[in-house]
Amino acid sequence: MTPDQIVALLAAAVTAGAPLIYAGVGETLAERSGVLNLGVEGIMLVGAVCGFAVAVATGNPWLGALAALGAGALLAAGHAVLTVTLGAEQVTSGLALALYGTGLSAFLGKPLIGVPNPAPFRAFPVPGLGEVPVLGPILFRQDALVYLSYGLALATWWWLARTKPGLHLRACGESPEAADAMGVNVAAMRYGAVIVGGALAGLAGAYLSLAYTPAWTENMTGGLGWIAIALVIFSTWNPLRLLGGAYLFGAVDALGFRVQLLGVETSSILLRMLPYLFTLTVLVVITVARRQASVPAALGRPYFREE
Amino acid sequence: MRPPLVELRGIVKAFPGVVANAGVDLTIAPGEVLALLGENGAGKSTLMQVLAGLYRPDAGTILIDGAPADLRSPGDAIARGIGMVHQHFRLVESFTVTENVLLGQGERRFLLRPAADHARVARIAGAHGLTVEPRAVVRQLSVGERQRVEILKMLYRDARVLVLDEPTAVLTPQEVAPLFAAIRRIAGQGRAVVFISHKLDEVLAIADRIVVLRAGRVAGEAQPAETTPRALARLMVGHDVDRPPRPVAAPGAIVLELRGVDATGEGGRRALHAVSLAVRAGEIVGVAGVAGNGQRELAEVVAGLRPPEAGEICLDGVGIGHLDSRARWRLGIAYVPEDRLAEGLIAPFPLAENAVLRDYARPPVGRGPLFDRAAARARAAAIVERFQVRAPHVDTPVRHLSGGNQQRLLVGRETWRRPRVLVAMHPTRGLDVDATASVHRLLLSLRAEGVAVLLLSESLDELFALADRIAVLHRGRVAGERPTAAATREEIGLLMAGAVP
Repeated sequence: MTPDQIVALLAAAVTAGAPLIYAGVGETLAERSGVLNLGVEGIMLVGAVCGFAVAVATGNPWLGALAALGAGALLAAGHAVLTVTLGAEQVTSGLALALYGTGLSAFLGKPLIGVPNPAPFRAFPVPGLGEVPVLGPILFRQDALVYLSYGLALATWWWLARTKPGLHLRACGESPEAADAMGVNVAAMRYGAVIVGGALAGLAGAYLSLAYTPAWTENMTGGLGWIAIALVIFSTWNPLRLLGGAYLFGAVDALGFRVQLLGVETSSILLRMLPYLFTLTVLVVITVARRQASVPAALGRPYFREE
Repeated sequence: MRPPLVELRGIVKAFPGVVANAGVDLTIAPGEVLALLGENGAGKSTLMQVLAGLYRPDAGTILIDGAPADLRSPGDAIARGIGMVHQHFRLVESFTVTENVLLGQGERRFLLRPAADHARVARIAGAHGLTVEPRAVVRQLSVGERQRVEILKMLYRDARVLVLDEPTAVLTPQEVAPLFAAIRRIAGQGRAVVFISHKLDEVLAIADRIVVLRAGRVAGEAQPAETTPRALARLMVGHDVDRPPRPVAAPGAIVLELRGVDATGEGGRRALHAVSLAVRAGEIVGVAGVAGNGQRELAEVVAGLRPPEAGEICLDGVGIGHLDSRARWRLGIAYVPEDRLAEGLIAPFPLAENAVLRDYARPPVGRGPLFDRAAARARAAAIVERFQVRAPHVDTPVRHLSGGNQQRLLVGRETWRRPRVLVAMHPTRGLDVDATASVHRLLLSLRAEGVAVLLLSESLDELFALADRIAVLHRGRVAGERPTAAATREEIGLLMAGAVP
């Protein structure tokens, strides 16, 4: 490959990584607060279809993104009611949400199949930075949602590590008893984390239908929601490492596509397997390498004050 | 007396089936160490949990600085200057000391400033004589250090009343002295310290004033200088508690014998060095020692949970060192482990199943591949009856039983088949006066029946009351062995400290 091709590949990796960053950061927030949300895939699909519908109706992609945020938050709120208030099994509730979201998006999206998106997010270079050699084309000739994804990952990392509300959120995921004893409202923190996390998953879906593809097709996430959950573990619940993981996945994804363009004779099905296989491999390696990953100690455990 | 910081008036708190506090009045003055003494279930912890905002009282008022206070949550109590350190610590294990101290209400701010925060926590810790490294992660801290972090959390919020719930229950004897020094220092700053305990000697050592609770009411108040352990025990229990008499021993033949046993402890260090010890039928041999000098390993080596590296373990003169714990159980070696809920019983399982954990595979409980529930229940009912286990039902999970009842169930299970040897480690730890006396009576009756008892205990009182001979472990060696009748506490204490008298 020529240097230009490599730059193009990396730029494609950054683009492909953006939805994983949104969904992954959202899932990181929820899990750090102690709630596992396996419904990401379903929420992404509903976000994708709602965002697309609103963008088509209004001609404004930002309104579409906003709708996706709202739809994701709404679905996640249901998960929060079940798992935080009612103490339901988080795995079950999450899986139900994933299946429900997939079905709901297919139903809502029926009339939208084949409809063109009149107003997708388009790439624009950041003045100045876009002209920097190598880094410019990779990082700074993207669309607005990609730019926002950098900021989101950085800001979330900083918020978790360096602010008191971040400390409180982490405490809820590690020891809700300790947090409660010191006057932290565990239920409120968890609700907040799950709902914001869901909103971000919705936005991740909308990125696909408003910028990446940009159109609506059934099941267009193709398992990205599950990959995002895997990446959260791979990144050991750290948004900065998540950034790296998302781009790694994006690069392998983009590579598969390009191998075909280069005229190498392989099965396209095999190539499409590649990113998932790669993610699995990385997960296995990480798990073996660090015996004790920093899993939030209270992940998956509902909390009620003993009375 | 200065005007009280806190005044509790007529506090009533009931739980389903139990009235924990039946109208308690209590005042807490600044600068005093107030001991709240009582048996398990007397209502001490409940009363303080009401004050700490964890429970809302059914009746009664709490006055802070003379004004009624409505404490709806621990946060409210902390905001009013009341901080409680619970028996089970509430710390985030993966956080640093500083993060744990900062966690929660008390300070309105957004940003963490690691360097400045560490320095501030270190300063407050130093000012109260609570040495702990602010950057350390709590997971790596000892129990004593964790307790200091809990106290620090409250002092950081400038608590004026510090409630410590059974603070010494989790500490080794060496950790108690620095805690007491810190308590004195904190009280010396004009703060009040409430010290919940059921240990008479500690209460007499640390308190300025002692309030005794019994069955949810104040049973009496005393000044340490003007009372005796016996008078306090009577207030606590409501009747005189007598040491069970220890009849003259008539030991028989040697049943259990260790000859030159070496064993490795946790982390691969050598925990036992050439330990030789013999226990005769109808004899209680006590093992004294400061915690961590090989007691645990000794108990496990005899019970078959830890392989000896060298030496011989004999039962009636036959080597059993190569046998596992089940084989030894069948030969008659029973074991009451140190931590009854971690190693002796399965907390969420019902009494009936816990009662047959040793025997589930044998008739009448185990019939071929089948488990006979009715037989297990019958066995449990028999143990409950004979060992006076107070339990609502044999299907009740054992975690709902009090410590004393758990221990009686455990001792009952282990001794049901009349063992040849009983190894008991800290069998009365965490038990109240009455439960302790009942366990002591059980051990003495086993002795009368000719069982060889190896009793490992941290309490010299217990060893002097029960044992016929006392062996002292120091750094994994038997530092000395004395017939109890000829031993003095000073002598045993010196042996424990590694000084050969």
